[in-house]
Amino acid sequence: MTGGSAALKRAAPAPALPRFRAPIVFGILLLLFLVLVGRSLYLQWIDNAFLQGQGSSRYSREIELPAHRGRIVDRAGEPLAISTPVKSIWAFPGQVDATPEKLAQLARVLETTPKALAKKLEDGNDFVFLAKQVPPEVAERVAALKIKGVHDQNEYRRFYPVGEMASHIVGFTGDHDVGQEGIELTQQEWLGGKPGSRRVLINRRGEVVEDVESIRAPQPGRDLALSIDARLQYLAFRELKSAVEANRAKAGGLVILDAQTGEILALANWPTYNPNARNRVAREKMRNRALTDVFEPGSTLKPFTIAAALESGAVRPDTVIQTAPGSLTIGPNTIHDAHPSGALTVEQVIQKSSNVGAAKIALSLPPSTMWQMLSDTGFGAAPNTGFPGEVAGRLRPAKTWKPIEQATMAYGHGISVNLVQLARAYTVFASEGQLKPATLFKAGSSVAGRPVLKAETALAVRHMLELAVQPGGTAPKAQVPSYRVAGKTGTAHKLEGRGYTNKYVSSFVGFAPASAPRLIVAVMIDEPSAGAHYGGEVAAPVFSTVMGSALRTLGTPPDAPGDNVILPDSAAAIREET
Amino acid sequence: MFRLNLMLLGALVLCALSLVTSRHQARKLFVELERETTRTRAFETEFGQLQLEQSTWAMPVRVEKIARENLKMQIPGPRRIEVVPGEAPK
Repeated sequence: MTGGSAALKRAAPAPALPRFRAPIVFGILLLLFLVLVGRSLYLQWIDNAFLQGQGSSRYSREIELPAHRGRIVDRAGEPLAISTPVKSIWAFPGQVDATPEKLAQLARVLETTPKALAKKLEDGNDFVFLAKQVPPEVAERVAALKIKGVHDQNEYRRFYPVGEMASHIVGFTGDHDVGQEGIELTQQEWLGGKPGSRRVLINRRGEVVEDVESIRAPQPGRDLALSIDARLQYLAFRELKSAVEANRAKAGGLVILDAQTGEILALANWPTYNPNARNRVAREKMRNRALTDVFEPGSTLKPFTIAAALESGAVRPDTVIQTAPGSLTIGPNTIHDAHPSGALTVEQVIQKSSNVGAAKIALSLPPSTMWQMLSDTGFGAAPNTGFPGEVAGRLRPAKTWKPIEQATMAYGHGISVNLVQLARAYTVFASEGQLKPATLFKAGSSVAGRPVLKAETALAVRHMLELAVQPGGTAPKAQVPSYRVAGKTGTAHKLEGRGYTNKYVSSFVGFAPASAPRLIVAVMIDEPSAGAHYGGEVAAPVFSTVMGSALRTLGTPPDAPGDNVILPDSAAAIREET
Repeated sequence: MFRLNLMLLGALVLCALSLVTSRHQARKLFVELERETTRTRAFETEFGQLQLEQSTWAMPVRVEKIARENLKMQIPGPRRIEVVPGEAPK
């Protein structure tokens, strides 16, 4: 037993632990553990945004889904404006880290000089575009150089295959594919795409393995079909350009309308610009003159005076009007005929374009009757083609007309119109009395017009317009082989400041085939200065070429086969002024 | 009771395995779909570029130039055009 007690004694020197120590340690450990649990619960349930963000940034990506802008096509589907993907190369100059050889290679790929590139990279720490809108192949070659700090981004670039020929109608887009001019501007809502995005899971290699959610579905822009026929547009543009150049004119416009639907098949302006490279183009050249500029139409307005008189029963086509001695005095003003004639029938007043005759007919009508006719045929109101900034022209209320004004308005002075308005007004003669809506968008097969004239009035005026292009009329040069043509010339003095100058606007509006009108062509040449200035000599030949080629292009059956064109000597043609 | 549990366990394992394979299958198909979508987009891009190229080649200006200069064609004058009256097809 003593041995046992000795052993106990030997063990005894180990100091006895205080009884509370183990529970304290245990308690502390438990407390620490609870803190951990609490923290993890806190992170899991309450403050979880940061870690979830960190986690998802490692496997989840938001991908931009591009949406391209809709195409603008002509009536046959030929593209007039089309978007294709390009890339822009950019860099943070401060982060670019490359050897001089690499930079030289980059400069070569981007088709610039190493010096120009270095200058761009010197511009401090700001974001800088090294090249804008380059083809994807170039961007791939840049990426292959693997220069740190040089990146690319996807963009769309708008191309205009027909270039300067249709730039006034189509317009163009700015940097971010947003329309700035023309149809591109007005139809932004329809054409513009809205890019979408979706959230996906990616694996270690960066491949997309799962769709998580679609944040926004991309909405690609819709295609837009215009009423333009690219073939006729080319024709119109080519002939207008050569006429403006041959006559050394300041500007010009040409419009082709479908006589049955009122659709604008071609609309050309000169001067023009190339929408694919428009860095230094004057605003002046961007104006769509045919819709946004007005001019005094001159004699091309006479048929409406005559139509108003026929419609009201004041005259008949064979009523005789005395135009001798070729001038008419109203108060302090005198109206002249360029070539005085004697007694003329109403038909001959149009054929020979007599100002005195037209003025006398107009003065036999109450102002309101004439105003109503001009207003009904669309003058003084914007033509509503769907083009931005089209003008209404000026048609003053009938109550304010003085007799001299009514007389000059009979032959197209004291009223201003744009070329599309003028062409559209002629639909009443081309369609047996109905005014068709002029539109830039492709319409259905038949378009309801607004009845303005009795069919017999329209046909009577059409006959007079046919006489005007035949020998003895003012515009034999407007004839088209194999087709019957009807039309009217205009030669207006330009109004500048307070008075009329010796500068002219030569115009011609006509339609063919006269037996079943298919097309209306209106030509306007502003300030021809190469000698000739009469509408019958400047504008009529353009009309003839364009109308002939356009009818052949469309395959319109001839209504006067055989050699129906009789061109008198130019001296024999009747000239008119206004 | 034990046998039933064993059977259920077997069924569970089978279900789990089929889930794994179908999941894998789904991912593989998805990757494929993704690849095809990318290809679609690339084709769309190419189509746009080809359309552009086609309309550039078919520009009336170019066609006219070739017709006039290379093929020595010209627009016939009014006196050289003979109109043949059309007959209704039988």
